[in-house]
Amino acid sequence: MGGDAAGPVPNDQHDFALWEKRVDALMILGSARGHFTVDGLRRCLEDMGEQAFEDMTYYERWVASVNQNFVEAGVYTLEELGAKMAEVKARGDTYGAAQDA
Amino acid sequence: MPHDHHDHLSPSGHPYREDNDAPLSYWQTMEIAIREIMIEKGEFTAAEVNAQIEAMDARSPTNGAKVVARAWDEPDFKAALLADGSKATREMGFDIGPMNLVAVENTEDIHNVIVCTLCSCYPRNLLGLPPDWYKTREYRSRTVREPRKVLAEFGVELPETTTCRVHDSTADMRYIVLPARPKGTEGWSQQQLAELVTRDAMIGTGLAKDPG
Amino acid sequence: MGPRKMLEPGQAVRIRDLSPPGHIRTPKYLRGKTGVIERALGPYENPEQRAYCLPAPEKQLYRVRFSMAELWGDAAETGEDTLDAEIYEHWIDTDAA
Repeated sequence: MGGDAAGPVPNDQHDFALWEKRVDALMILGSARGHFTVDGLRRCLEDMGEQAFEDMTYYERWVASVNQNFVEAGVYTLEELGAKMAEVKARGDTYGAAQDA
Repeated sequence: MPHDHHDHLSPSGHPYREDNDAPLSYWQTMEIAIREIMIEKGEFTAAEVNAQIEAMDARSPTNGAKVVARAWDEPDFKAALLADGSKATREMGFDIGPMNLVAVENTEDIHNVIVCTLCSCYPRNLLGLPPDWYKTREYRSRTVREPRKVLAEFGVELPETTTCRVHDSTADMRYIVLPARPKGTEGWSQQQLAELVTRDAMIGTGLAKDPG
Repeated sequence: MGPRKMLEPGQAVRIRDLSPPGHIRTPKYLRGKTGVIERALGPYENPEQRAYCLPAPEKQLYRVRFSMAELWGDAAETGEDTLDAEIYEHWIDTDAA
């Protein structure tokens, strides 16, 4: 990345959505609980490869990395995650509707 | 990704993103699931998640601006800030956590600019979350190779006589630029001075505002 | 690499040109390049182990300053401009500089 040719720096900005801020909070709290380090977070981001940088947004990559670190640390299993994701999805079609009521 | 900009701005000066009503994405589903599992397992509480977000929202470049204004006003504080940025800002009362802060000073001959080529390291505990452009491939790739062209895109034209110092935030340090104090601000209060300090001035992609 | 004398500001150094896979905080564009120590930052846990949640020994971390001419040759905007980066001691050679 450093030193590569690239186009003009885009200047669009936005505030972060609630779900993005929550991902950030999961990172900080999970790290404070000793389940990973900032280096572990970065390692998983790097391991996703260059294409993930094009295909995923910043916090999409972060949530994937936070999850990878939690799974590696044995905090929960893929079985638990899969079941919970199915449960969340069944609640509704939007982020707001999918929250636990 | 939605980029429709609305009329009203958030406290950070960015347009709000209103995507709570957009179709639920895979990654949003994952976020909800992880959060709920962690809460169920007693790793942390929903209140702690909310408190983190509130703390995040409370941090903004105005914190850094206070640090810069004080350094302009008090030579002893400036010396302390340049010697140990973490210690000086902690002693000012900012909760910067475990962050290691290095302050670099702009002078008539030197202009500093900060980048993180490996990820998006940023003094978030002092300035809040980084702007979108700071995290882009374009900024991270080009700033270490053609900083003058990048700065020009931000409206900063460096004279040839000025040395540009780029700082790649590769490891454990976070950086803040101490911009040059604008002329014509003699006798100003720190509160007045802080109004001149922009976020970009503290990243190095901008200068402090001229008085007037 | 065993413990060694602390490096001093102004000392010429070369960044080791190695490419193992994994989590590394030495950017590719600096590997093999010559610079000078700007300041010592103190000991920090080695991120190459910390990234895998392994016990991580402390390594001295330095800020190393490079000239743009050294990094980019004729393509540099001005040779006198500089780039500073943080480099862990095990990536720094002192004999080849």
